[in-house]
Amino acid sequence: MGSNEDSAQSVNGSSIKITDVTQDGDTLTFAITSQKSSSSAGVCVFRTYEDFEWLQQGLFSQEDVPGLQGVIFPPLPSKPLPSTSLSQAKALKQLGFLALGDEWMIYCKALELYLQQVAAHTTLSKSKALYSFLNSSESPGKQCGKKGILNRLSQAMEEMRKEGHKDVDEFFQSERDSSTNLSALFKLSTEKFLDVVLNKQRLALACGHFSTSLHLCVNQDNPTAVAFSKICLKLSDIIEAVKINYEKVSDNDISTLGLGLDLESRYQEAKREMLFRRTCKLVELETANRNSERAKPNKKAIMEGVQKATQKEFDIISSVAKQEIEHYHRDRVSLLRDFLICWCEKQLSTARESSALLSQHLDACKKFAV
Amino acid sequence: MTAWEPPDRPRSRLAYCCPEKMAEDREPPPLADAVQTDFREVEEGEDLFVSTVSTAEQLSPTSPEPASFPAEDISTNSNGPKQEILLDDDQEDLFAEATEEVSLDSPEREPILSDGPSPAITPVTPTVIITPRVDALFDRSLDEDEEAEENGDTFDMQITVSDPEKVGDGMNAYMAYKVTTKTSLSLFSRNEFSVKRRFSDFLGLHSKLASKYMHIGYIVPPAPEKSIVGMTKVKVGKEDLSSAEFVEKRRSALERYLMRTVNHPALVKDPDVIQFLENTELPRAVSTQALSGAGILRMVNKAADAVNKMTIKMNESDAWFEEKQQQFENLDIQLRKLHASVESLVCHRKELSVNTASFAKSAAMLGNSEDHTALSRALSQLAEVEEKIDQLHHEQAYADFYLFSELLGDYVRLITAVKGVFDQRMKTWSKWQDAQVMLQRKREAEAKLQYANKPDKLQQAKDEIKEWEAKVQQGERDFEQISKNIRREVERFEKQRVKDFKVVIIKYLESLVHTQQQLIKYWEAFLPEAKAIA
Repeated sequence: MGSNEDSAQSVNGSSIKITDVTQDGDTLTFAITSQKSSSSAGVCVFRTYEDFEWLQQGLFSQEDVPGLQGVIFPPLPSKPLPSTSLSQAKALKQLGFLALGDEWMIYCKALELYLQQVAAHTTLSKSKALYSFLNSSESPGKQCGKKGILNRLSQAMEEMRKEGHKDVDEFFQSERDSSTNLSALFKLSTEKFLDVVLNKQRLALACGHFSTSLHLCVNQDNPTAVAFSKICLKLSDIIEAVKINYEKVSDNDISTLGLGLDLESRYQEAKREMLFRRTCKLVELETANRNSERAKPNKKAIMEGVQKATQKEFDIISSVAKQEIEHYHRDRVSLLRDFLICWCEKQLSTARESSALLSQHLDACKKFAV
Repeated sequence: MTAWEPPDRPRSRLAYCCPEKMAEDREPPPLADAVQTDFREVEEGEDLFVSTVSTAEQLSPTSPEPASFPAEDISTNSNGPKQEILLDDDQEDLFAEATEEVSLDSPEREPILSDGPSPAITPVTPTVIITPRVDALFDRSLDEDEEAEENGDTFDMQITVSDPEKVGDGMNAYMAYKVTTKTSLSLFSRNEFSVKRRFSDFLGLHSKLASKYMHIGYIVPPAPEKSIVGMTKVKVGKEDLSSAEFVEKRRSALERYLMRTVNHPALVKDPDVIQFLENTELPRAVSTQALSGAGILRMVNKAADAVNKMTIKMNESDAWFEEKQQQFENLDIQLRKLHASVESLVCHRKELSVNTASFAKSAAMLGNSEDHTALSRALSQLAEVEEKIDQLHHEQAYADFYLFSELLGDYVRLITAVKGVFDQRMKTWSKWQDAQVMLQRKREAEAKLQYANKPDKLQQAKDEIKEWEAKVQQGERDFEQISKNIRREVERFEKQRVKDFKVVIIKYLESLVHTQQQLIKYWEAFLPEAKAIA
């Protein structure tokens, strides 16, 4: 694994794009293109969600990476539920904003961001799994993945009490506290924003009904009826414009702030998980210390050995974690910034369009000879 | 017996008898308010005005009674109180509750008649001959009305209802509204004046107008609905958003009601309307429990249903009426559907307002907890923007509601009034037919008596024939009159409808444009904040 091979292998993170998605029954297949940083030649592969899960597992189970547990792993979106009308509510509950939007566009965007984040990570980008994922023509997910030392964390009951375990380091303690707090707030905000967006969609629908009803009010019986019909049709157009505006506004919401908040929420969770792993290690370390102290002379050497190893692991994890947290803070701020700017710009542009269109209607109506 | 005079009114000395005033001057002479009688009288009353055309003589009643019942039937031979016969009429009972004082003289007819309400003048000429002339005059004056209306130079009137004020305490409390009129019409003694009125006053006004005009085919705008729940909240002093909304909704509805009423060329001249707008004190309307706008219409329509159930298969000689009725049925359905759509729209908008506010709050909390300074600032700004947007949604919901929902609701109620008027026409037709049947019977009876050698009975029979002949003629006249009135009213209604909707659409568009422009401002202000995140 020389540096030549390394650079030959390293992928240009920003070039990773999900260009297409097809649905076959319950399975979604994503077309992923990418380029290596050394060449402009592109590669295109087709992957399913299982392949993504394989990748994530692969990242978790890398060996020979010191302090891997201190890494904040880019969060993989939940499994997509191909929506039938019944599971729409379920999809919303599971995926939130990622369930919205046309043709899985938002979901694809989220997956794309995931891959880009993995490729941008100094450690993770070097993983063989990533290379395989992006380049291998065969679907890697079919292979049985090794069970890694890091499984996706499920907060089993006995693990929960470790969450609150007091830290030895002030920096980490405050990170843990703010993480818990912010994580909850972001989750709440995301949910509230989702409510707002869904409401706007309902409004658009109601406008559509109103517009249609108006369209049906056509009557040619006499001149006054004709005049009245014209007015109804005009109003129908106006309401249609209002409806389209709402649709655009909610699309803007979904593709920018919605996506951003969703991503931020999931990233907060990933950070919490990392901190929790470190806390578990801390608990392990403290147990090892105790064991070492209490050990009977014949076991003492072994215990001390364990203790030293654990200490070393813990220290590496902590130092990796510190770095990760710093990167994380920087990255998330720039990510949120980008999303907020994008959101604002899109809404501004939509508002301007809408204002112009409605003003046109207003002028036309004022001149409207009855 | 001295000439009958109306009760104290400042203008009572004016305009009583200048023949020149005929048809040019649309200012109505003051009319008798304090006349206790059944509304039915008005129909008979047409006769009396008919006859006064030919006389320049001021009122000198030929019989004592008419003095108190100016609109007493003065058709040729009757002296007796005609109302007895009328009271037998079943349909009369529906209005038994209408104990309102009713002014009999239709101001519409004033222009034709130089003289004021001159009730009991002996007709000099048989009414039949007079009729066409009157009708012609009637027509002409009304055409002038319409022309003037189209030119827009005579109608200049603005009514505002404002300053709702709670008067009294507990369940006897009520809301008093200030009614301000600004006008240049000479109908009124001043150009700008205001009075205090309560809701039941409005209902009282409507019931008077309905009982005066509906049966001759005028579309009387319905008064706003009573609302027990809404009003109770206000009475018990519940100072919350919903009762404030209720009062505002009612205030707006009362304003629209008055504007619609005065927009009607005949109604604006009605003394009850003038009195309502001008008089500081108004006699308290009684029995308004049963007389809400919708209540009146329900009664009228009940009458119509009763009539229909008696299977009046009217031989519709005029296809126009049949077509129109069908059109109004269709329109009714369409408007109700539209109204439902708008209500749903308003509902969603209110919901959106709530959700946006909720999101704004959570964003604000985020802004407070966020460590990164610039991000924290941006998130707080975000929260503020969302709060302002919430306010916009709230205002827009109001616009949707007040403009469209109320307009559509008004028109659904107006159409009920229109239907009522069509049914009145059927009633009138039926009355005419009944008179014809009666006449036929009387004739048959007389024929029989010819051979019976009972001279006094024969005479009586002949008298009765004459009586019923007159009734038949009257019935036919009434029917033609109401038919003509309805045609005119419907045309006016349709024109007004187009105007109303156009006005509302423009207002709505203006509010939409305003909202968008506000949004633009907010986003433009937020953008630099987002960009400033380092």
